[in-house]
Amino acid sequence: MSVDRDTVRRIAKLARLAVPEERLDQLAGELNGIFTWVEMLNEVDVTGVPAMTSVVAQKLKWRVDEVNDGGQAQALMANAPAHEETFFVVPKVVE
Amino acid sequence: MSNFTLASARDALKAKKISSKELTTAYIKAVEAARPLNAYITETPDKALEMAAASDARLAKGEGGALEGLPLAIKDLFCTKGVRTTAGSKILGNFIPPYESTVTANLWKAGAVMLGKTNLDEFAMGSSNETSASGPVFNPWRDGTKKLVPGGSSGGSASAVAGDLCLAATGTDTGGSIRQPAAITGIVGLKPTYGRCSRWGIVAFASSLDQAGPMTKTVRDAAILLGSMASIDPKDSTSTDLPVPDYEKALEGGIKGLRVGIPREYRMDGAPPEIAALWDKGAEWLKAQGAEIVEVSLPHTKYALPTYYIVAPAEASSNLARYDGVRFGHRAKDVKGITDLYEKSRAEGFGLEVQRRILIGTYVLSSGYYDAYYARAQKLRTLIARDFTEAYTQCDVLLTPATPGPAFGLGENSDDPVAMYLNDVFTVTVNLAGLPGLSVPAGLTAGGLPLGLQLIGKAFDEGTLLRAGLALETAANFTHKPANWWSAS
Amino acid sequence: MNAPGAKILKGETGDWEIVIGMEVHAQVLSKSKLFSGASTQFGAEPNAQVSFVDAGMPGMLPVINAKCVEQAVRTGLGLKAKINLRSLFDRKNYFYPDLPQGYQISQFKDPIVGEGEVVIDLPSGESRVVGIERLHLEQDAGKSIHDQHPDHSYVDLNRSGIALMEIVTKPHMRSSEEAAAFLRKLRAIVRYLGTCDGNMDEGSMRADVNVSVCRVGGYDKFRADGSFKHLGTRCEIKNVNSMRFIAMAVEYEARRQVEILEGGGTISQETRLFDARLNETRSMRSKEEAHDYRYFPDPDLLPLELDAAWVAEIEKSLPELPDEKKARLIQAGLSAYDASVLVAEKESADYYEAMVKAGAEPKSAANWLSNEYFGRLNKAGLTLADGPVTAAANAAIVMMVGEGVISGKIAKDVLDLVWAEGGDPRALVEARGLRQVTDTGAIDAAIEAVIAANPDKVEEVKAKPKLAAWFVGQVMKQTGGKANPAAVNAALKTRLNLPDEG
Repeated sequence: MSVDRDTVRRIAKLARLAVPEERLDQLAGELNGIFTWVEMLNEVDVTGVPAMTSVVAQKLKWRVDEVNDGGQAQALMANAPAHEETFFVVPKVVE
Repeated sequence: MSNFTLASARDALKAKKISSKELTTAYIKAVEAARPLNAYITETPDKALEMAAASDARLAKGEGGALEGLPLAIKDLFCTKGVRTTAGSKILGNFIPPYESTVTANLWKAGAVMLGKTNLDEFAMGSSNETSASGPVFNPWRDGTKKLVPGGSSGGSASAVAGDLCLAATGTDTGGSIRQPAAITGIVGLKPTYGRCSRWGIVAFASSLDQAGPMTKTVRDAAILLGSMASIDPKDSTSTDLPVPDYEKALEGGIKGLRVGIPREYRMDGAPPEIAALWDKGAEWLKAQGAEIVEVSLPHTKYALPTYYIVAPAEASSNLARYDGVRFGHRAKDVKGITDLYEKSRAEGFGLEVQRRILIGTYVLSSGYYDAYYARAQKLRTLIARDFTEAYTQCDVLLTPATPGPAFGLGENSDDPVAMYLNDVFTVTVNLAGLPGLSVPAGLTAGGLPLGLQLIGKAFDEGTLLRAGLALETAANFTHKPANWWSAS
Repeated sequence: MNAPGAKILKGETGDWEIVIGMEVHAQVLSKSKLFSGASTQFGAEPNAQVSFVDAGMPGMLPVINAKCVEQAVRTGLGLKAKINLRSLFDRKNYFYPDLPQGYQISQFKDPIVGEGEVVIDLPSGESRVVGIERLHLEQDAGKSIHDQHPDHSYVDLNRSGIALMEIVTKPHMRSSEEAAAFLRKLRAIVRYLGTCDGNMDEGSMRADVNVSVCRVGGYDKFRADGSFKHLGTRCEIKNVNSMRFIAMAVEYEARRQVEILEGGGTISQETRLFDARLNETRSMRSKEEAHDYRYFPDPDLLPLELDAAWVAEIEKSLPELPDEKKARLIQAGLSAYDASVLVAEKESADYYEAMVKAGAEPKSAANWLSNEYFGRLNKAGLTLADGPVTAAANAAIVMMVGEGVISGKIAKDVLDLVWAEGGDPRALVEARGLRQVTDTGAIDAAIEAVIAANPDKVEEVKAKPKLAAWFVGQVMKQTGGKANPAAVNAALKTRLNLPDEG
């Protein structure tokens, strides 16, 4: 499983990161180094081993159905790079 | 003032030998003088003095919480209401949280005073504090005159504690980010059991691994600070429902009969001999105080680091998707449409290491690779956790080195990501298994740089862990201090 | 149960069958969101019902709403489905301005509810069992508004984080009518259960419809061995938000696919949007960019584990559902048709049951509703909820007819009066003197008056007893319609010496 320029480009697109063309090769090299290294995991037989879903013995917490949050549109807008009234504003999204 | 620990300052305040205002003012001055260390990103002297005055008023009435009037430094990963929180990243820009993290809220409720927000690797991704958008932090310890890194990601907190720029600090630890910098700056660092401290309001790196903990001058201080940081928090689904024990009280009683496991897989080929020697010495110290030393096996140890470098980036790639320039943080200028806005904002806002990890994480979760990487890594994680369960049938705590070596120079590990990642080789297993780990300063290298030893406990048994840590600390009697080269005065 | 055959679509080159599956998003009825304490109420000011969790602020964490879990389980039980005591929440990762976290928390591999079924009744009297593949809980996204500004989109996160149940069917529907009937039935079930308000106008229920066509016989092969290779390539039609549009969209899409296939083309699997204005589906090209959602278990949440006893408690508390209610009504003497009509909407069933509970005879109540009251509502363009006559009032009218207090004809007048003026029908009948006349003296007097005015008719009726009906009509007229027709008949027979069979 070798990572090439195209793979890096595709992954960067998925991750919404603008990666300049001239960095693709270098990144591919770095990622290959890492993926070659992690390939040692293939030595281990994991047949029948469950994937970890909770690190410690703890049951999921549930909350009661109450309205106790919201009503803070102004506070939400305080950090917004662009907003109008209490809408966040982004460049037009074409459907 | 630099002789104060959290415990002794607390007692001095209670005895009215000093006021919080005096203590706080002295630390504010030290922080200002130590700017060359770049330990703080944001200093909050006005807030600190205000909090100190309130503490003094409470102390005068004989009231006050467990940390009343004690000045602390807060890693800039904890959201602090009304105080800029950067996570060491440009992408958070001028983010001012409208909320307070559970851990810091607990501290303020206990009466603590905030000196400021400490520097860190960007989004806590790093082992040298070189990836911060606010620039690198310097270790108060130097190799002759060569400047060294303080470790990471809680490098600012580590330098602040080691350089006496606060009484104690908070850190977070995802793969060793408390223990590794603590070890190489000569302080105590405790990563509690996963779920002991609430993650609510802490900027997330890898949700199943992140855990906040204390960085202090002594083991007792770690016990005191953890007692206030920890809580039962209904806002964090993964946090524990167990009540918070009295950790300071748990320090009492000694370690007679304590079974200390020495995992044989931690003897790594090519590790510096002084690390192994210190480890042996640590075992002897504990044995001399009545502990029983047993050799144990953690057979999947060597898979921990690669497992970590799949799981952590995968979670991070998703956790960091919210930094999109829409609701907060950095937004690129002159963009053509929404996709361009995302791609440019994120490329401009995230540093290269963060981008690298986002790419790794995106790749291992992507269609066709999920089973080979992420699913396999989560199974390995089960095996790594089982190793510990098995070992704990034979022992109560484990003793290991904390780091593969002492502090290193800036830029020394940055060419090869894998070489940098190896800094976490002894600490990362603990995060994968969710266990508590404690780094205690134990000695100096031949070159005069601090080294630490790590104790690993059973889940939610921080009490035993701290008691063993106290025994180690007492025997090591690490009293070395870095010479102050950073203050102008 | 009789399952209908496939609806055949005639093509140029032969016959085709339609195969339809559906993914329905039903908004869970709860006060607060799936993972936050912000309100779910419809129609608030922009971003007024948004917690920091819903806005994806740094360090914010989800905590699951117990009510939403209960509602999903309740719905699963109502769909006669398997409840999974352990399920997982996954993150579905993609970027969109109304998806603040950059991922949607959903259930991918291990949903809370497994296989179940819904029975749909068709106008032919036949039934179709539609298999349910799964039901899972997930977060809704916010809303982007694109038409307010030439260069900007506006983002409102009020919907962000509201709990949805995604209900996925097997491809078991065979015509546009069945697709619409399925959604209608599903809507009735969740409304009976109280787990979703089913309000399609407000987006509380949205359907994505998967349509494919295959040659006749292909579907049976699919049912026999479960292999999708016997079916055609499907297209997903997004967000079809009314029953009528579903039927239109399926019809159009099936035709489109047949035309392509018969023209030698192939169907590409894609997402299409139904345009109700043009009555056509069209490809959503912007969504064509390859998606890779990178699902993985949400590390901010632990597995959702349910207690079997708790599930059993919910099961015990389930209300009577449409199928059971219909069976009971048929048992009580209603026709299958009347029963179907009444149970189709929770409101009509509840209304009917309230009438029976008030004392109306079941069959008469059903007839009265379908022949009289529903017709008036329809004409006035009113829903049952907006209608002016209470169930108690309608029950009183039906009961008065049964008791012989008023005639059937007067009953209709009483309904009109109550409709227009309100009030208690019994009091109204008394006050207006609409009580049926059974007093023989009054009836006899009326008969004498009619006879006196029409001596010629008396002779005629004696020769032709069938003309008695004319006399009855005249007498009724004389009494203002209040005379009891049976009493009039009997008195006339005696007075005119008519044979019994007259």
